Amino acid sequence: MKYFSLIWSNLLRKKLRTTLTLLSIFIAFLLYGYLAAIRGAFAGNISMQGAERLITRHKVSIAQLLPIRYRSRIAQIPGVKNTVTCTWFGGIYQHPYNFFPQIVVNQESYFDVYSEFKVSEKERQAWLNTRDGVIVGRSTARRFGWKIGDRIPIQATIWIKPGGSQAWEFEIVGIYDGQDKETDSSQMFIRYDYFDETRLFAKGQIGWFVVKVADPQNSFSIIRQIDTEFANSSAGETKSETEKAFAQAFAKQIGDIGKILIAILSAVFFTILLVAGNTMAQAVRERREELGVLKAIGFTNAGVLGLVLGESIVLSGVGGFAGLGLAIIIIAQGDPTHGALPVFVFPASDVLLGVGITIGLGLLAGIFPALQAMRLNVAEALRRM
Amino acid sequence: MSAAENGREVLVRVKGVGKVYRRGSEDIHVLRDLDLEVRAGDFLALMGPSGSGKSTLLNLLGGLDRPTEGILTVGGDSIADLTPRELAAWRARHIGFVFQLYNLLPTLTAIANVELPLLLTPLSKSERRSHSEAALKMVGLGHRLKHYPRQLSGGEQQRVGIARAIVADPTILLCDEPTGDLDRKSGDEILSLLQELNRAQGKTIIMVTHDPHASHRAGRTIYLNKGQISDTMPE
Repeated sequence: MKYFSLIWSNLLRKKLRTTLTLLSIFIAFLLYGYLAAIRGAFAGNISMQGAERLITRHKVSIAQLLPIRYRSRIAQIPGVKNTVTCTWFGGIYQHPYNFFPQIVVNQESYFDVYSEFKVSEKERQAWLNTRDGVIVGRSTARRFGWKIGDRIPIQATIWIKPGGSQAWEFEIVGIYDGQDKETDSSQMFIRYDYFDETRLFAKGQIGWFVVKVADPQNSFSIIRQIDTEFANSSAGETKSETEKAFAQAFAKQIGDIGKILIAILSAVFFTILLVAGNTMAQAVRERREELGVLKAIGFTNAGVLGLVLGESIVLSGVGGFAGLGLAIIIIAQGDPTHGALPVFVFPASDVLLGVGITIGLGLLAGIFPALQAMRLNVAEALRRM
Repeated sequence: MSAAENGREVLVRVKGVGKVYRRGSEDIHVLRDLDLEVRAGDFLALMGPSGSGKSTLLNLLGGLDRPTEGILTVGGDSIADLTPRELAAWRARHIGFVFQLYNLLPTLTAIANVELPLLLTPLSKSERRSHSEAALKMVGLGHRLKHYPRQLSGGEQQRVGIARAIVADPTILLCDEPTGDLDRKSGDEILSLLQELNRAQGKTIIMVTHDPHASHRAGRTIYLNKGQISDTMPE
């Protein structure tokens, strides 16, 4: 620490250059934080979901429906603990901009299968007692200012009612919370029985099954058994997979966001490395005599190497930590798209990676100028004076 | 040898020292078969024309460079036998440099500049500060502790340079044209200060200078001409 004031004073030598370099690093790490949150929003939930839940859908595509009667046959397969059905509702609240997911589920057991959604027993009971009741996630309720007891109109885009009406109305009977900040709390759950009775067509048809298995070790055997059970079925063959694999496949449909973002960040950090490296190289070139003086008064070669590397790490650290800090603060405010990215968080692992990149950037940017300073011949450096 | 010299130990011993630089295929003999002794407490002026080898000799004495041949010992330590790391530690302990252009770090205050050599010692922060303050007071700059080099005159900057050179109480002060960039009045003040350090504190000082006026303030003057000691001022 006794060398810190020396390191810091060197950074302040060319204030404009240091400020511009710091700003570049700051922006790069702010961008890093933001893109990490976006990547997490597209793929983050995947990492949370293990093999204990399976998704069974129509073999052709998830847009094809399956008969609900499959549910009892799936339930009979050994190792299956619970089964619920899900159907995409796809309605609009006031304006298409107000997107949030609405899913039709089996009210009696959905929250047993999705235990990461926390809802009180009283609200679950109210849902069982209210046919047009829905349970909404905390973030959506907060977004629209909804509270329990409110009646909300939803314009259907798929499921019209007899007579052609697209207008549905639901009563909010409960609000669920995620078990942690990385759990999506933007969804709305509609009762299947009410939905099935009210819709005009496709009665008895559902979107996909969620199968909870007793032992994840047996998941792949159960997957085989389910798909064998419905092989050659005229009502539709099935394709089963773990929820994680399902979510990954779903994410891939909109492109490999992770790879795109990593490519962008790599380009950004490479540019920043050049900027910071150039700053350090210039700083060392301009200070040959001073470094010579330090060596003359007794600083060792390793000591001078450490000073220059320390300077580079402080430069990268100040810009990087400020960028990461602001990213944490901004991302903590929540989804900036008001619904398109329901799980918008800066994962702790990415924060740690950011800290590592900050230090690595400092080391890489400083190593060549530091080696140059270390090898500086003191007599030659002083001869220039 | 004077009676005064008899009682003092030989601090610097230069025996048959030569220094050759290679430029392309050509060998340049900057110093040739040089013999010199400097006793503890000497104030020695090294004079000679440009290219005579004064600064090279000063670099060798300060452990900034190594002789190509010969023996060079300072305080009993053979410079050529020390590793670069040992040499750096040796410089920190034994040598104080005063440069012509002061060579203060412009981003540090006077006291922070003086403190630099003490960063290499195990002294605490408060001890470093008090030592640095004492050194600055000794050179008459007790009132300029927090000033940056740009806020000081040339003479004052050189005083800070001297304070930096003496703060760790080195065995020898090596001064390379310490008045070369100063006006006569400031130069005289710096020379008086060096004389004071030599007389009152017994500091051994070796000073390279072009200026006969400066050399008169030293106790002894030797001349270098084409890399060799000369008894008289070269033409």
